[in-house]
Amino acid sequence: MVGERVIGSRIRERRLDQGLRQADVAETVGISASYLNLIEHNKRRIGGKLLSQLADVLETDAATLASGADAAILDGMRAAAARFPQNVEIARAEDLAARYPGWASLIAALEVRTTALESEVQALTDRIAHDPALAGALHNVITAVTSIRATAGILVSGDRIDEDWQQRFHVNIHDDSRKLADESKALVSYLDQPKSSTHKSAPMSVFDQAEAFFAETPDLMAAIEASPEAPALGLLTSFEKVRLDRDARVLVLRHIERMKADVQALPKNTFDAAALAALGDPTKLAAQFDVPLPVVFRRLAYLPADVGLPPMGLAICDAAGALTTIKSVAGFGLHRRATSCPLWPLFAALGQPMRPIKTEVILPDPGETRFLCFAVATTKPLATFNVAPQVESTMLVAADPDPGHGDPLLVGSSCRICPRSDCAARREPSVIEGFV
Amino acid sequence: MGKRVLLIEDEPNIIEAISFILSRDGWTVHTHEDGETAMEKVRSTPPDMIILDVMLPGRSGFDILRDIRADDATSALPVMMLTARGQNKDREQAERLGANHFMTKPFSNQDVRDHVRLLIGEPD
Repeated sequence: MVGERVIGSRIRERRLDQGLRQADVAETVGISASYLNLIEHNKRRIGGKLLSQLADVLETDAATLASGADAAILDGMRAAAARFPQNVEIARAEDLAARYPGWASLIAALEVRTTALESEVQALTDRIAHDPALAGALHNVITAVTSIRATAGILVSGDRIDEDWQQRFHVNIHDDSRKLADESKALVSYLDQPKSSTHKSAPMSVFDQAEAFFAETPDLMAAIEASPEAPALGLLTSFEKVRLDRDARVLVLRHIERMKADVQALPKNTFDAAALAALGDPTKLAAQFDVPLPVVFRRLAYLPADVGLPPMGLAICDAAGALTTIKSVAGFGLHRRATSCPLWPLFAALGQPMRPIKTEVILPDPGETRFLCFAVATTKPLATFNVAPQVESTMLVAADPDPGHGDPLLVGSSCRICPRSDCAARREPSVIEGFV
Repeated sequence: MGKRVLLIEDEPNIIEAISFILSRDGWTVHTHEDGETAMEKVRSTPPDMIILDVMLPGRSGFDILRDIRADDATSALPVMMLTARGQNKDREQAERLGANHFMTKPFSNQDVRDHVRLLIGEPD
């Protein structure tokens, strides 16, 4: 066995590292110096109590002497050596680790760090090359600079320019410089992200961060309604209290763009009054404004509080049932990490695309909280042929103004914490006492 | 009337600046802001050359250039492309599609005038 054969070598190397004489060590553990010499030259097997005694004397542990360096450290050393194979004795990695465990750990740690930094560089490169928000912001900056440069070039050319044109060019430069200032500020905020956010795992998932952002920015929709043309990046940076991860920002920006499009489809000046008048029936609003139901659902869910409607929840999932958006409201909230209850109309709608569902649901809490749910699954527009349609289900969750009517659905949040023992849709036992 | 330059660009202040400097030199400048309908403009008002932005609403400048080169009536038109992205792959794509010149924003006014002259000579 290779491992056993080199135990003696490790003992010898460790002893020499410690500056101990062979005779002194041998005496301490109660063997002769010649016997220790045979062990150190791998001519005698060693184990058990003697190995433990030697480990104590050499201020290490028996496992390290017996099995050498940790496999992860050796892997790290070999990976580091593989970067420069022509200059390194890769086959001697174990010897090096046995003799200089501290240096071995350092090499392995540096390899881990190097790999992490390479990933970070790659992520930053990808970000610059592919991040649509960044590309859009840079494009806007360059466009403003181009306009300013061209216009300023005309003004300083020395050629005679009519006063009207001069005035016009001054106004253009003023407008462009303001755009440039806004875009620059937004860009700096966007790039000024914590170092750790690039590759280390964040305490919250990107979805959690995005949802927390929207939960903590109740004034965002009012800002969009006031200025639907405002850049999404500017809105994000002006409302961002806690720095989001890069990928969470991508989600938030996408969501803000969708909110902007929804406001443009359903402008505040006409929608607020109509929403109040059609309380409880989004289908009326969809017909009145000739827009798809999901647009009405989203618009109602994010309606500012001062409109006078009670707050509503929203959930959106893809064809796999993965929740892409959750807007909670008192009493309602689906959990992204747990597998959701399949009885929610959100998921039922996936089985019957384009057919809106309106259902009263009852939660399994002691108060039997009731909600009125509106759900519909729709397909996203396709730009190419022979591609499977992407289905998305959207559910609006409203307080039930007239509970007790119809045939309510008994739903839960997730099987694991749901007490409905006789549910036909149960996937797994519940941890709640009372489940049989 | 001077030779006609069609400027296809969606940024109003850039349109105004380029139009001004070329018009002052004697060129007749027509402008168009939308990528989707740009080819209709090229066919309805045939210019002597085109200054074509890459990023346009509706359709990219690359797609428009491809159509220009594919149409016998317009295939020989000199085209100078403008882009805010100076990446090599964009430059290579422009060359591959048959652009006569590729200019990266921000550019100097003198560069624009020089290259228009290089491509179609004096205004008249």
